[in-house]
Amino acid sequence: MTTTTSPTATRWERLRDSYLLYSFKRDLIAQVSLLVFIVLVAAAVLAPWLAPMNPYDLAQIDILASELPPFWIDGSDPAYVMGTDSQGRDLLSTILYGARVSLIIGFGAVAMQAALGVCFGLLAGYLGGRVDAFLMRLADIQLSFSTLMVAIVVGALFKAIFGGATYSAYAVPLLVLIIGLAEWPQYARTVRASVLAEKGKEYVDAARVMGLSSRRIMFRHILPNTLSPIFVISTVQVANAIISEAALSFLGLGMPETQPSLGSLIKSGFDYIQSGSWWITLIPGLVLVILVLVINLLGDWLRDVLNPRLYKG
Amino acid sequence: MSSTATSPAPQAADPLLSLRGLEKRFSLSGDFLEQLKFKGGKLVREQKYVHAINGVDLDIQRGEALCVVGESGCGKSTVARTVMGLITPSDGEIHYGGERIDDLSSKALMPYRRRMQMIFQNPYASLNPRMTIQQTLEEPIRLHHPDWSPQRVRDQVAEVMASVGIAPDWGARYGHEFSGGQRQRIAIARALAVDPEFIVADEPISALDVSIQAQVLNLLMEAQQERNLTYLFITHDLAVVEHFGTRVAVMYLGRVCEVAPTATLFATPRHPYTQALMSAIPRLEDERPQHLRLQGEVPTPVNLPSGCVFHGRCPHANARCRSEVPTLIATDEGGQVACHGVEEGRI
Repeated sequence: MTTTTSPTATRWERLRDSYLLYSFKRDLIAQVSLLVFIVLVAAAVLAPWLAPMNPYDLAQIDILASELPPFWIDGSDPAYVMGTDSQGRDLLSTILYGARVSLIIGFGAVAMQAALGVCFGLLAGYLGGRVDAFLMRLADIQLSFSTLMVAIVVGALFKAIFGGATYSAYAVPLLVLIIGLAEWPQYARTVRASVLAEKGKEYVDAARVMGLSSRRIMFRHILPNTLSPIFVISTVQVANAIISEAALSFLGLGMPETQPSLGSLIKSGFDYIQSGSWWITLIPGLVLVILVLVINLLGDWLRDVLNPRLYKG
Repeated sequence: MSSTATSPAPQAADPLLSLRGLEKRFSLSGDFLEQLKFKGGKLVREQKYVHAINGVDLDIQRGEALCVVGESGCGKSTVARTVMGLITPSDGEIHYGGERIDDLSSKALMPYRRRMQMIFQNPYASLNPRMTIQQTLEEPIRLHHPDWSPQRVRDQVAEVMASVGIAPDWGARYGHEFSGGQRQRIAIARALAVDPEFIVADEPISALDVSIQAQVLNLLMEAQQERNLTYLFITHDLAVVEHFGTRVAVMYLGRVCEVAPTATLFATPRHPYTQALMSAIPRLEDERPQHLRLQGEVPTPVNLPSGCVFHGRCPHANARCRSEVPTLIATDEGGQVACHGVEEGRI
């Protein structure tokens, strides 16, 4: 495929002729998933301009308009298309803002996992020996703590030391930290396995003979050749991180209700399902499911494309 | 054939590279816990090693091409990788230009890295798939000449590309866009980019198509003449040795059995193993000497035989061969051979 490109091909021409784009054009599921994903991300990013009201602004909230149903049910108010929640916040606006929080935490946590996991994986795989044994046992220990346990311990400590108000202010970076710390071994193990395979190849020996430093060999020579599996697990991990955040928020360990994420929104509506206000839980739940589903579908497609056994890049 | 001398051969002063008693063992038994075994009701620590090379002495003179030959698993590649510092020797010393280099830190080794380079066996794995040819060739120059201007680096790359017959417009392409022979030219260009004086070539043509082998071999010989290079050339192809080598070292089971100038070795091999090896070369002659067939297999390098490593398969072996390790002694023809039989005049 790539042999047909001229040596002077630009980056764009390389992409245009690549197998990645070719397989994307032939995969309807991937196209629909990407479209839905882009729409959701765009809506979340542009929430301050798209949303009818700002759910963080207490002045705009009318407690008398609480628990209004969505537009297709009798008793709805045309001002609130998706209805309102128990505090009278417009559900559509809250979902848009909530999806933004969920996506920020998802991508932030994955960036942190990747940074930690890639560094540890490279070190363990390339240096081997005791460094390898130490880092991989550390990964085993980390994996034996579930994300929830890490969150409970860190969250409880933080709340106890700094108080609830400080916790609310730093909830997003704290959740990024917790989910990032809890899941780095996924990256470390995958990267280590790839590094072990690459390390035996002669281009690494050539770089060592040249006299390059270990750091440069790891990051400039080996890392670029392990990117495919990193991309693939990144998609899965973004979905996982969003789910983790939702689960933590649902348990009351995540985002406070004043800055709702999708998870804390689902939780806030959960108490009202019995009283008939099912939409407060169901609609954000659906958005969460669709978001995670399209990310996973994109990840599946990417894994098939980048699988070195099916396609040699 | 009784002409032997017991004193070491008069060597030309100051060899470029000399190996003294080089040994490399690879542990087979894993970490400490895996080494503990129960034997006869007792807990004992058991360690097993593969003796890849055991006691190699070699001198490489400036400007020569020393070929190392031997069958698979005899330690040829381990010698090459140890010389380049890719493997730390378990024992012995490596001297380069009179200085000991095997115990230097990677920082202290940097000046030597520029002077010694390596060409690898598999051209499909020796180029980084994510780097363009230009990047691949610029990297060693930038590393060893950080003070050079970008233009000077590009000029050096262009010069080295021209000298190995690479078109300048290949620079923007990636390694996988080329054939094996073209890739090996690129790998040679990378080795030559820093103007080394010594090149270790680890079976550089054995992965190539036969029609390409001669091209690459001629390229290496041209480079040797133009740049006054010294080669340590690892191969198992005796035809290549005859064409390329100034001297030949024959290895068997991690030891050097014979070193001699190429013509001498091919005309009058002294060591019984070399004789068997030479008789195995296919020739288009009617009155070719009888093919010497060796009995048995190469012993495992895990449990080395006592005495001469070749005694189990040698038709001339006696009690001394089974107990005493032979050392290299000079022959009248200007070579060295490690054989009690030759020393005693029996062979």
